[in-house]
Amino acid sequence: MAKNLVEFRNLKTFFYTEEGVVKAVNDVSFSIREGETVCIVGESGCGKSVTALSLMRLIQSPPGKIEGGEIIFDGRDILKLSEAEMRRIRGNEIGMIFQEPMTSLNPVLTIGEQIMEPLMVHKLMTKKEAWNKAIELIKQVGIPRAEQIMTSYPHELSGGMRQRIMIAIALSCDPKLLIADEPTTALDVTIQAQILDLLRKIKQERNMALMLITHDLGIVAEIADYVVVMYAGKVIEEAPVRELFKNPKHPYTRGLLKAKPIIGQRQERLYTIPGQVPNPIGLGDYCYFSDRCEYAMDICRQKIPQLAADENGHKVACWLYEGEWKK
Amino acid sequence: MSEPLIEVKNLKKYFPIRGGILQRTIGYVKAVDGVTFTINKGETLSLVGESGCGKSTVGRTIIRLYDKTDGEVFYKSIPIHSLKKSELRKLRPKMQLVFQDPFSSLNPRLRVGDAIGEALLDHGLISKNELRDKVIETMEICGLAPYHIDRYPHEFSGGQRQRIGIARALILDPEFIVLDEPVSSLDVSIQAQIINLLMDLQEQKGLTYLFISHDLSVVEHISTRVAVMYLGSIVEMAARDELFAHPLHPYTQALLSAVPIPDPDLKRERIILEGDIPSPANPPKGCKFHTRCPLAKDICREQVPEYKDVGGGHFVACHLV
Repeated sequence: MAKNLVEFRNLKTFFYTEEGVVKAVNDVSFSIREGETVCIVGESGCGKSVTALSLMRLIQSPPGKIEGGEIIFDGRDILKLSEAEMRRIRGNEIGMIFQEPMTSLNPVLTIGEQIMEPLMVHKLMTKKEAWNKAIELIKQVGIPRAEQIMTSYPHELSGGMRQRIMIAIALSCDPKLLIADEPTTALDVTIQAQILDLLRKIKQERNMALMLITHDLGIVAEIADYVVVMYAGKVIEEAPVRELFKNPKHPYTRGLLKAKPIIGQRQERLYTIPGQVPNPIGLGDYCYFSDRCEYAMDICRQKIPQLAADENGHKVACWLYEGEWKK
Repeated sequence: MSEPLIEVKNLKKYFPIRGGILQRTIGYVKAVDGVTFTINKGETLSLVGESGCGKSTVGRTIIRLYDKTDGEVFYKSIPIHSLKKSELRKLRPKMQLVFQDPFSSLNPRLRVGDAIGEALLDHGLISKNELRDKVIETMEICGLAPYHIDRYPHEFSGGQRQRIGIARALILDPEFIVLDEPVSSLDVSIQAQIINLLMDLQEQKGLTYLFISHDLSVVEHISTRVAVMYLGSIVEMAARDELFAHPLHPYTQALLSAVPIPDPDLKRERIILEGDIPSPANPPKGCKFHTRCPLAKDICREQVPEYKDVGGGHFVACHLV
């Protein structure tokens, strides 16, 4: 089995707002192995993006602050590195692509300049070398007429093309890990299919690990090896992809799977999870899902359940499975 | 078969592109380029397609939020685009619209109760004394608590705001509602709540919907019939079961195969379309889809395919069918 590339250990990232403390990431632990695709799933505000930004040390402070825990990346604790050391990792050993390909490129620089920059900064290439490498990268992400694209500006490209350019930039320094934060959410379905296909291909060629953040369980089923489900800042379930879809345990995961209409599986009425995601400020010591959960018991409203694994390594944080752990 | 409530005949909507110092018209974006369909009373017709295909423009031109370029829309045989403004205004309460973005479609300075009730007052359909009761009644139907009536939009979540948007449309007792991507900006668990609400309301009040969406799994759940648009034209239209079981147009087939399905064991032949959607300001000649079509032949590059009925109300515009 491949060794762990990233380990989140009890990560806590809080935001101090006027209304109170938002525990966006609250005691989160999980790991990503070399070459593995891990999907982080959850609804808006569950802390999935903040987890990724904490790994990149891109949490804006104030109001944000990493309050505790460790993030081990390739043997080093990211949180203990100096800013200069961190800069050598960012964009070099870890690449990142974002949801909005429209706003994540610099509108006044050509595509070529933006792909060449990390190569010249991190890999100390000359301008000529970087130019050639950039053209190679553009071809790899499936864009024809590479030379012409090099001198174009972002506004001249479509959304799908811009996302491909973002991928090319993220890949430029051969990262060990690529973080993709909702990479296809802003794209049309046919373009989304192209980008997912590209990510899958690139990952295989390079044996790179992929941390993919999404709210779409369809994408998860398609691309993930391992799935982490988050709710209100906590990991509530994690398992290998087949196991999770075949045997979802947490009532929230089950609800998510049932609430989404699926092509070819007609149902009379959609299952709904009642209520809405709780206000992240001032959450008490109880299961955060308890007020929406149809199986909630007394203990759910009194104590926070801890993540625990069954014999298959399927982890869940829910009091319903307390008996199973003891066995 | 039930009677048609809305009939759209060869509807066109072009937006001028202006340029030069005199801001002369230098071209047109053919957002809607000749679409024809009917919506029967009590059904949900879905319009699907990717961004820029003109589906929202169709929705807005049908209820004359945009003036047409050509063609006509009939509501119960009344030609909507030939009415005088005063006559149109009398019809407005019967045709309503719910928007995609519940964050920008509500006035942040207007209390929710006033936002929901203002159209009733404006149209003189209710007296001030009865208004509050009617607003509360509608809010309850839409799953909002009566004490929300004096709150402002920022105090609500996305799902609740969408309920407010629906209440605003519903209070006028409409017959026809255009739903423009009403669940696209919502999380899965909230999306299911809103879809169920829309379907319940349709059943209780016999509403007719035009449901505009890019999400085929939601469309399959909610529709009676489905029309697929590409670059301003309808390329295929059929009853829901027929369309999902036997898609005929290569674009529909590609769209269906591109939707990710939450089943890791499923192995599918996926059709991945190459390239991007061409600009609607300069659409390709012949069949507009030929630049991306995996099956394109010479005839597709030259002739516009005829939009024809291949049996049982299944319409398709493709040379290969």
